Amino acid sequence: MGDKSRLEEALERGDFVITAEICPPRGTDTRGFLEKARLIRDRVVAANVTDNQRAVMRLSSLACSVLLLREGIEPVFQMTCRDRNRLAIQSDIMGAWTLGVRNILALTGDHVSHGDHREAKAVFDLDSVQLVHTIDLLNHGKNLKGRELRGGTGFYIGAVVAPEAEPFGPEWIKFEKKIDAGARFFQTQAVFDMDRFKAFFDDAERLGAKILAGILLLKSARMAHFLNNNVPGVNVPQDLIEELEGSTDELEKGIEIASRQLRELKGFCHGAHIMAIGQEESVPRIVDLA
Amino acid sequence: MIITKKKSVDSVLKSLEGVRDKRIYLFGCNSCAEQCKTGGPQELTEMARTLEDNGFEVIGSSLVDETCYNQLVRREFRRKEEIRRADAIVVLACGAGVKTVASNADASQPVFPALDTLFLASVERYGRFFEGCSLCGECVLDRTGGICPHTECPKGLLNGPCGGVVGGMCEVDTSNECAWVRIFKRLEKQNRLDVMKRFSPPKDHSGSLRPRNVCLR
Repeated sequence: MGDKSRLEEALERGDFVITAEICPPRGTDTRGFLEKARLIRDRVVAANVTDNQRAVMRLSSLACSVLLLREGIEPVFQMTCRDRNRLAIQSDIMGAWTLGVRNILALTGDHVSHGDHREAKAVFDLDSVQLVHTIDLLNHGKNLKGRELRGGTGFYIGAVVAPEAEPFGPEWIKFEKKIDAGARFFQTQAVFDMDRFKAFFDDAERLGAKILAGILLLKSARMAHFLNNNVPGVNVPQDLIEELEGSTDELEKGIEIASRQLRELKGFCHGAHIMAIGQEESVPRIVDLA
Repeated sequence: MIITKKKSVDSVLKSLEGVRDKRIYLFGCNSCAEQCKTGGPQELTEMARTLEDNGFEVIGSSLVDETCYNQLVRREFRRKEEIRRADAIVVLACGAGVKTVASNADASQPVFPALDTLFLASVERYGRFFEGCSLCGECVLDRTGGICPHTECPKGLLNGPCGGVVGGMCEVDTSNECAWVRIFKRLEKQNRLDVMKRFSPPKDHSGSLRPRNVCLR
């Protein structure tokens, strides 16, 4: 089947694992993308490549994952259910495997009504639990119809969970279903309430899942307000907003907050996933300060 | 009930561009479209006036009880020979109504929809409609507390909510409570949360190959 990914090895070994997210370019000029990738290369175990994030059309997450491989960076290939039906999903997943990608993250995907092609047909032929199930079948050398493949995959399967979702009951059920379907690691939506997260982590750990807590770099107080008003599942608490507002250099303060969160997580969690949203050059400082 | 909305006057007139001699016959529908205020007697009168104001001659109109019912439409064509003299027919009914009229019209006689057909609705009260079923061909309401995730979740998810729930509301339309949050609450009250915990496999679309038809004999 091929070797285990570095991400899997590190998590199984019990290392505190740091991943970060990079967003493919809106076009074919990959220079900026690769520059950012090189900046974070030595600070992360793997880098997530987003899949038409927020339903904005960008260079393919599969192509960018392979570009990362060529740079010696291990990608986490993100795949959403929004843009492909079950045939395209399976063939792209197998394609990623043959090109050397070893980690995959299954997501539902933001609705097209949030993106730049609002007239598009939203596919959602599978949902994220079914997507995890599909990858698990491919890992067992079978397609979604149960038919034996001439060579399967061996992905380290990840999924997402929102520990601060409100209400939490339905979210927890879906989380358990993802584990049952074959998800082995989870990257969470941005975490701000550490006490609440810790309680979630303790419950999640009992189910055998590896959890990477989401850290979202707050670039400014304005961004924090924007997130609260526009991004589902993200809740920046008032005291952090005030901390940003009270500083002379808001970005620097944001980096400080992120590294503080990272430090706290190191005390108990399996790892952290840093979402710097276009400010990837700050990732090394967040990691180094922690 | 099938919900329709009026096309803009501009778009109806644009579709009629190039109609020879401009004699128009109108069809309305006295069931769904009447209730939607899109194809009843009043709307037929309004459409006739609009067309005449724009240089067309409206040579007659029919308000059929159910325009999707072939026998009723065929009877209308038989009874009113002027329909055959029309250069074009404009139909104020759902797509099924337009289709039924078109299949009765002469092949040389163009038929134009004046409405857009939206959805199959439950009627909350007169004039207030909402979509609760998308005619998918494989009903799952037994395991979702009577709330359809194909229809009421904009993503049609089958295994629970997406990460877009904010305070229980849907990310796509924040004035709607998330369908899966509602399903969860319903099943919780029924002590049937185990049903939600069960894996729902990908939907089988093979049963809804289009065009669908049913024949009882």
